[in-house]
Amino acid sequence: MSISASWYLALSVVLFAIGALGVLVRRNVLIMFMCVELMLNAANLAFVSFARTLHDIGGQVLVFFVLVVAAAEVVVGLGIVVAIFRRRASANADDLHLMKG
Amino acid sequence: MLHVTYLIILAPLVGFGILLAAGRRLGDPAAGWVGTIAVGASFVVSVGVYLSLLGVDAPVRTYSQNLWTWIPVDRLQVHAGLYVDPLSMTMVLFITGISTLIHLYSIGYMKGDKDFPKFFLYMNLFVASMLILVLGSNLLVTFVGWEGVGTCSYWLVSFWFTRDSAASAGKKAFVYNRIGDVGFLLAIFLVWSKVHTLDYQAIFSQLDKIGPDNITAICLLLLVGVMGKSAQIPLFPWLADAMEGPTPVSALIHAATMVTAGVYLLCRVSPLLHASPAAALTIAIVGAATAFVAATIACAQQDIKKVLAYSTVSQLGYMFLAIGCGAYTAAIFLMVAHAFFKGLLFLGAGSVIHGLHDEQDLKRMGNLRAYLPITFITFAIGWLCIAAVPPLSGFWAKGDVLDNTWAAHPALWVVGIATAALTAYYMSRLTGLAFFGKDRWADAAADHQFDAAHAHHADGASPDPHESPWIMTVPLWILAFFAAVAGVMAISGSRFSLANWLDPVFGATLFQNNLSSAAQWTLAVVDGLVAIVFVLIGLRLWSTRSDRPALEGAFLRGAWYINELYDAVFGRPSARLAAFCADVVDPKVIDGAVNGVAGAFKGTGVLLRRTQTGYVRNYVLGIVFGTVVVLGFMLTRMWWG
Repeated sequence: MSISASWYLALSVVLFAIGALGVLVRRNVLIMFMCVELMLNAANLAFVSFARTLHDIGGQVLVFFVLVVAAAEVVVGLGIVVAIFRRRASANADDLHLMKG
Repeated sequence: MLHVTYLIILAPLVGFGILLAAGRRLGDPAAGWVGTIAVGASFVVSVGVYLSLLGVDAPVRTYSQNLWTWIPVDRLQVHAGLYVDPLSMTMVLFITGISTLIHLYSIGYMKGDKDFPKFFLYMNLFVASMLILVLGSNLLVTFVGWEGVGTCSYWLVSFWFTRDSAASAGKKAFVYNRIGDVGFLLAIFLVWSKVHTLDYQAIFSQLDKIGPDNITAICLLLLVGVMGKSAQIPLFPWLADAMEGPTPVSALIHAATMVTAGVYLLCRVSPLLHASPAAALTIAIVGAATAFVAATIACAQQDIKKVLAYSTVSQLGYMFLAIGCGAYTAAIFLMVAHAFFKGLLFLGAGSVIHGLHDEQDLKRMGNLRAYLPITFITFAIGWLCIAAVPPLSGFWAKGDVLDNTWAAHPALWVVGIATAALTAYYMSRLTGLAFFGKDRWADAAADHQFDAAHAHHADGASPDPHESPWIMTVPLWILAFFAAVAGVMAISGSRFSLANWLDPVFGATLFQNNLSSAAQWTLAVVDGLVAIVFVLIGLRLWSTRSDRPALEGAFLRGAWYINELYDAVFGRPSARLAAFCADVVDPKVIDGAVNGVAGAFKGTGVLLRRTQTGYVRNYVLGIVFGTVVVLGFMLTRMWWG
């Protein structure tokens, strides 16, 4: 028996919500980063589910784009995190409010 | 040699070009000679053209030359064309002739001035502009000359611009001329909108297309224009202030160029005036009023050049009076005669001023006939000419004007003859004060300040008046000769007769002189008697005493307080308006708008910067909130859409 698409979508929503909540409430930059990854993959899951349900290969293609973007983002983002950590010996996002208006 | 007409204009322009390029290097006096020769060449060409024109038969004694198409725009086709007929030829001859003499005289008068070459530069351009004005075959070419003359007069009047009074006199001349120019321009527009051409002959052939009301409007607008240029009421005060310029400039402006431009223009458009009796009457009244008012002012002036300036205004009034009465030939006759004797008087006055080391106050002169004999003799001829003593030219010219006025408007003749009496009186007053009586300059010389511009006078420390060098007296003799004998132009039928010569332009019918010969004789005798009696009165009163307060009322000395009136009516309200703009409009309205816009942006920025907390979580919250709102919106659309 096959599991209906709704379950996959529900899982996607739950993963996305966890990710969003994590970005909102956590202070540690690395954790926030992982939460962003979680959200991206929740979106990927939704794409794949819809691609399968609607028989449209476009959704799966888009997932590859997201993966590439995510990989690039990790490279840049982790680079920034390492640079910050070297300067401050801390990864607390709230310490980084130099751009306050 | 009619086809070289353009050389008349080109010669002074070439002189101008040479002086512009190499004036400083030529220096004093070579630059002066270049300028004089340029204008002299123009005179020689003019004489040649004149002789050729004599060869053409009288009814079609005209020649037009199309140099190039100046403005080819659809229906507006303006050619840079020259038009030679007896009228413009008369003007060209006396403009170039007298200008040559004035240039020659200036070589002596301006000697030692630090801007000697610049003076001749302006003078050449001035003469060239005036020649463009009189030779132009359409209104727009005339307007170019008109503006050129105005600009050059500004430069020349404020030639010694380091003096405040000279600088402001130049500005005044320019502003008054601009006011007149507006009228001239509007007249040009009106003409074009009616007949779609600016060419004089084309306009005159389509008078019926313009319509009588429009003709009157055009004439009155032109009158505004010539009021400015020819210094008529109400735009005359600039001419008296224009005396701030060097004396040869005054002679040039008053005798040969500039102020005669207005009279010339009205004569040029005489077919229009002829078609509009209302406009002609207005011109006559303006002329008579100006003649009288200016003559009364001249009676009380103390500056020798101011007396002459107001007498010019007065004589121009006579010319306008003649034009208004339809006597264009008389106007031109008076203009030519006036060019000779006024040029002579100004150059004579310049010689006096030069001899007295820049003294212009009549009350500080006296008995100069003993020191400046040549100046005295020539000046006396000019004096008797302008006073209209027979048989000198002024008598014939003014007699013509007055006869025509008598025939056309007897009421204005009364004003005219009263003005003639005043003219004889104030000119005798001037002569009496300057050349007769005691030597008052001796006690004045001690406290006299030398003009920096005429520093060369300071080295000859002797305060005794000295006769001017030959270069200044030769022009005086020549002008005196012509001023004395110009009356031959009044002899009808002779080959000098101006009426015959100008007949093809104005037509025999225009010169309406239907007086019987007895009436003409009576008028002539009245003119002559008035002139002689008032010359004697003036001389008797003023050669013995220099101070008669009863005859020099403050009202007349203040020139009817016209300047004060304009100052109160236009000057001060304008100054107040300007001050209001500077103190209120500029800081409050204009700066307010600019600063207000900047302030609004700044305030918005101050409010919006609060949202930039620097905390990533706040931004994320914003993104999430926005996403929720967008999603909520889409869901509601889905459910209720």
